[in-house]
Amino acid sequence: MVALSQERLASRKNGSVRRSSQPGFDRVFRIASLGSALLVLLVLAGIIGAMIYGGWPAFREFGFGFITSSVWNVNEDQYGAWVAIVGTLSTAVIALAIGVPLSLGIAIFLTQFCPPWLKRPVATVIELLAAVPSIIYGMWGLFVFAPLFAKYVQVPVSSVVEGMPIVGTILYARTPSGVGVLTAGIILSFMIIPFIASIARDILDQIPSVLRESAYGIGCTTWEVVRNVLLPQAGVSIIGAIMLGLGRALGETMAVTFVIGNANRLSGSIFDPGSTIASRIANEFNEAIGLQLNALMALGCILFLVTFVVLVLARLLIARVRTA
Amino acid sequence: MDTALQGTVTASPAPWGRVRRSRYLADRALKVVCALFTILGAVVLGWILLMLLVEGIGGLSADVFTHTTPGPGSQGGGIANALVGSLILTTLGIVVATPIGVLAGTYLAEYGKGSKLAETIRFVNDILLAAPSILIGLFVYMLMVQPMGGYSGWAGGVALAIIAVPVIVRTTEDMLRLVPGSLREAGAALGAPMSTVIIKISWKAARAGMVTGILLATARIAGETAPLLFTALNNNFWFNPNLMGGVANLPVMIYQFALSPYENWRELAWAGALIITMSILALSIAARLILRKEKAR
Amino acid sequence: MSPIAVSASNAIGNAASADVGAPVRIAVRDLNFYYGDFCSLKNISMDFFDRQVTALIGPSGCGKSTLLRTFNRIYSLYPEQRAEGQILLDGQNVLSPSVDVNELRARVGMVFQKPTPFPMSIYDNIAFGIRLYEKLPKGELDGRVEEALRKAALWDEVKDKLRQSGMGLSGGQQQRLCIARTIAQHPEVILLDEPTSALDPISTGKIEELIEQLRSEFTIVIVTHNMQQAARISQFTAFMYLGELVEFGPTTKMFMNPSKKQTQDYITGRFG
Repeated sequence: MVALSQERLASRKNGSVRRSSQPGFDRVFRIASLGSALLVLLVLAGIIGAMIYGGWPAFREFGFGFITSSVWNVNEDQYGAWVAIVGTLSTAVIALAIGVPLSLGIAIFLTQFCPPWLKRPVATVIELLAAVPSIIYGMWGLFVFAPLFAKYVQVPVSSVVEGMPIVGTILYARTPSGVGVLTAGIILSFMIIPFIASIARDILDQIPSVLRESAYGIGCTTWEVVRNVLLPQAGVSIIGAIMLGLGRALGETMAVTFVIGNANRLSGSIFDPGSTIASRIANEFNEAIGLQLNALMALGCILFLVTFVVLVLARLLIARVRTA
Repeated sequence: MDTALQGTVTASPAPWGRVRRSRYLADRALKVVCALFTILGAVVLGWILLMLLVEGIGGLSADVFTHTTPGPGSQGGGIANALVGSLILTTLGIVVATPIGVLAGTYLAEYGKGSKLAETIRFVNDILLAAPSILIGLFVYMLMVQPMGGYSGWAGGVALAIIAVPVIVRTTEDMLRLVPGSLREAGAALGAPMSTVIIKISWKAARAGMVTGILLATARIAGETAPLLFTALNNNFWFNPNLMGGVANLPVMIYQFALSPYENWRELAWAGALIITMSILALSIAARLILRKEKAR
Repeated sequence: MSPIAVSASNAIGNAASADVGAPVRIAVRDLNFYYGDFCSLKNISMDFFDRQVTALIGPSGCGKSTLLRTFNRIYSLYPEQRAEGQILLDGQNVLSPSVDVNELRARVGMVFQKPTPFPMSIYDNIAFGIRLYEKLPKGELDGRVEEALRKAALWDEVKDKLRQSGMGLSGGQQQRLCIARTIAQHPEVILLDEPTSALDPISTGKIEELIEQLRSEFTIVIVTHNMQQAARISQFTAFMYLGELVEFGPTTKMFMNPSKKQTQDYITGRFG
């Protein structure tokens, strides 16, 4: 249809007086638009290329062992990604475990309970959580949240669980400083709220009101309507929204770098410091040379692959609601 | 009464009160939990802002705006170079990103309707929109910093532009799609070429939304730290006017100073954090107000 | 007489005649309804008789759906809507705040214009509503589900796929599923809001037959924009216009010999 109207426009122009300048500009404009759009593809290709090119020496040197090795020793030039991969996944899982219920609760509040006059201010406040820079979350996490977390959670919990099997390991803080994997997960959970909540809200809003009415019509309470009808009806789109939040949590850098403690070893406790792929890169990149730089690039390559898969799935599941 | 036929009302045969209490308890629990979660979200935002005010406002003096960042161990100092550097980098990013983003969004909404290519570009753009910004920093490091032999403001600007483009593409496309097709047809019927129809009619009609997109993109890149770490880095002095070498900027300055052992550095980090957060929140709110005003029209 | 009126009056013979002596199930008294400041129902007073089908007709915007939506207080989902007056269900004013609105909705079932199967299996679509109000052993619940599906004339079509999603059924089947879901709760009154307007003629015919059968057990109120349908299936008809009840009476009388000129004009297709 577009091509057709193009042709029609072109034929009209042939008879017009302004033909001298306009057709040239029209073509330039069209090509510039197409070129800009293609640039978007080029950027993605460039990121893939740069990651593979930069990380290649490390992959060649260590092979598959790069992923499974938990050694990261700058002095001996030995690098393995395992600690950072585990840190990335565990902080992201914690972030989802806390962030998803919070986000869905907020979306349900906004769509089902919120009085109309309060809707816009509350929605704006939640959306503004996404506008606060990552580094500010990091400062809040390190200077405000971590000391309170150490005093009121880590110390008491550690003293209770000490010596117990399993929980005595997972929830034991050797040095209750407040920073660590769990702290990073909690800060991340706040950061992903606006993304999941605003898409979940849009999805719930799009469910036809007659379905909601007919659920109320058989005598359901709001909780029963939400649990049995609205959430199942929203279905995979909600999972898509959650995947989008996961994508954010996996790649978040500065906030995590502030509060995760940047430890280089594996620990069984989520109270202990750790590191994620992004925090490792942020910490070491500026001083890295030679193979270390390649190893960091290789880490970036892994992060790219994981987030790419997650974001593609998210995009397919959400089927274009809104991603603001 | 002839219109409203009325008979005798019978008494109630079935007793009321069949609803189990547990159902209402669950319902009330949901209400309370959802409200608490929402309040928690608001409290986190409020707490962060309060922290910035408490810690940052004391450090806001005239020196902050007139002096450059102090060296290790020296007294006083300001963040004038970081403020100006941030302004320059953000402006550079937006100036590069705006034409590309607007044109690409225009292609998706006006030229590429229904084409496979446009579908692919839209998909990729949505992915870039949510991609970790640190990866874009690494990309620009490989693309510019390594070949050019050092950190530069140009690399920083390009990294920020790459982050801003997807935001602008998305909002431009969405806003252009809201322009009714009849407007375009009316323009085309007057014999205007496609480019004129787009510029004079579609862009004009979608102007407020497109400006919102650019403001939101500005807010997004103004606080980005990770990509600048590998591109523009930082600098304790006034940077080179040709933007080669490290260029001071607020986010990286905050990162380095906040974690430093020096009292005056940390104070400057808080002042910078206050300034940057308030500016970004103001930008985001302004963007929303513009859009709301436009929608109300 | 216009063709519509002719076919409508021909159809009247199909429905059983009105039983004016039946007890009153719902008595509406001085009902006013507001959307914000706008008054959309003005002083409605009328009765709905036990085990009779009452049709509400009138041009769009006349308030017929609004009236229907007051009987189960479904309007109260929207804070800007409110009703004043009395709606007595077996003598109990359902507008009174002391009435449990959820229980009211289980007693007064509603079927909507568009079929709205819940996102669950066919079996659960029916069992869900029952479980809300009754704790039944598995066998008894199965029986109730089957009974509801049989009464909705759907059992034979779905008995082999009870575990499949209700969304996979055809439009007409979905609407009968919604009716089954409503009657499974053993309501006293069933409200039908243009239940066939989204369906093809064959599905419409099935639903109309079904309504005729359900009349032996339930008091039915149906909103319809289709006058032949009102004539075919109802015993009483109420004609509404601009939020007011213009005329209410046995369907036969309303269609053959209306006492108001406005009713006559509407039925003969002169306006609306």
